Amino acid sequence: MSQRVLDLLIQRFPQAVLETHAQHGDETAVVEAASWAKVAEFLKASPDISMEMLTDLTAVDYLEREPRFEIVAHFYSLSKGHRLRLKTRVGNAQGEGVEVATLVPLWAAANWMERECYDLFGVRFVGHPDLRRILMYPEFEGHPLRKDYIATRTQPLIEYRDAPNIDKVAPFGFDEGMSFGRQTHQFLTDEE
Amino acid sequence: MGELKTTETRIVQPSEQGFATTRFQDLLHWAQKYSLFMYPFVTACCGMEFMAVTSPRYDVSRFGAEAPRFSPRQADLLWVVGTISQRQAPILRRIWEQMAEPKWVMAFGTCASSGGFYDNYATVPGIDKIIPCDVYIPGCPPRPEAVLDGLLLLQDKIARGDREPAIVKPRTDPATSKDHGLVQLRKPGRGLLT
Repeated sequence: MSQRVLDLLIQRFPQAVLETHAQHGDETAVVEAASWAKVAEFLKASPDISMEMLTDLTAVDYLEREPRFEIVAHFYSLSKGHRLRLKTRVGNAQGEGVEVATLVPLWAAANWMERECYDLFGVRFVGHPDLRRILMYPEFEGHPLRKDYIATRTQPLIEYRDAPNIDKVAPFGFDEGMSFGRQTHQFLTDEE
Repeated sequence: MGELKTTETRIVQPSEQGFATTRFQDLLHWAQKYSLFMYPFVTACCGMEFMAVTSPRYDVSRFGAEAPRFSPRQADLLWVVGTISQRQAPILRRIWEQMAEPKWVMAFGTCASSGGFYDNYATVPGIDKIIPCDVYIPGCPPRPEAVLDGLLLLQDKIARGDREPAIVKPRTDPATSKDHGLVQLRKPGRGLLT
């Protein structure tokens, strides 16, 4: 589909493009983090590619890899009708140095998507005009979609009530208050 | 008004006398249970079912809980309809604090009751962690019939002066009723249990 885009990209950035692959017509290019914004600018400015639209921007946490985070951006050309997925890899195993240049000057859509990515993954977008949390509250510590965020950790804004049995999911057990309940069923016995 | 043909109407004459006995609390509770002014705190998809309940087909107004009040100061029944995130928890607490006594709270749906399947960093595991709750209506979302059952349960509790939390029970158990055909449980080594 857009193999030509990949060819143009490799021709223009022979050093920066680390690898490419295509699966079911979805072309992907992995580039060096240092040339992230430069490659994106080329994708938008080149008349043969002209990616007018930034469809999605997110990150993936590969906890066991180094570099640990993969930033993923999806581009779509409204005039040419082709797509490209652009990736880069940043960060060490401790989750430090997760920095990449911002795409806000090129696509306004990047603003909130980068804020979300910062909020949930802790990716710092250098040059972003307003890099604040967008979904979680400012008091929230850590970045909840990182693989090393403890799954059961919650950070309530107000204290929970002090009431008896409040630790239960609801103030009744599975079968309390039920005229019939799962534990009284006979469906796992041998009787018909 | 020619519709009521079988009912005989008799006007009580001023000369007749009579009395009924009751306790003041019973009279008060009886008055309260049919004049619930509700504040819908709708945050998620359960709101669609809430709209169904309040629309003419299911018609919650039959039970004296007709008028929604969009100011908590004028309401005495708080419907928490939908998922409450940690970020919304202070807002919900404040809304509840602004309501005047006596006030009641309904947890509409599984998310409001227990957090539902949102067992994660962002969601409050049940509104009873923040505010006391009177009636829990399970379901994802609950059917309007279940909501009406919940309202009747609440009215019954108001009439009795009972502030213990209660849960709406299913009318039939889908796991055991044979003609339901909704849930099929697999017996070990026996194929499907019908």
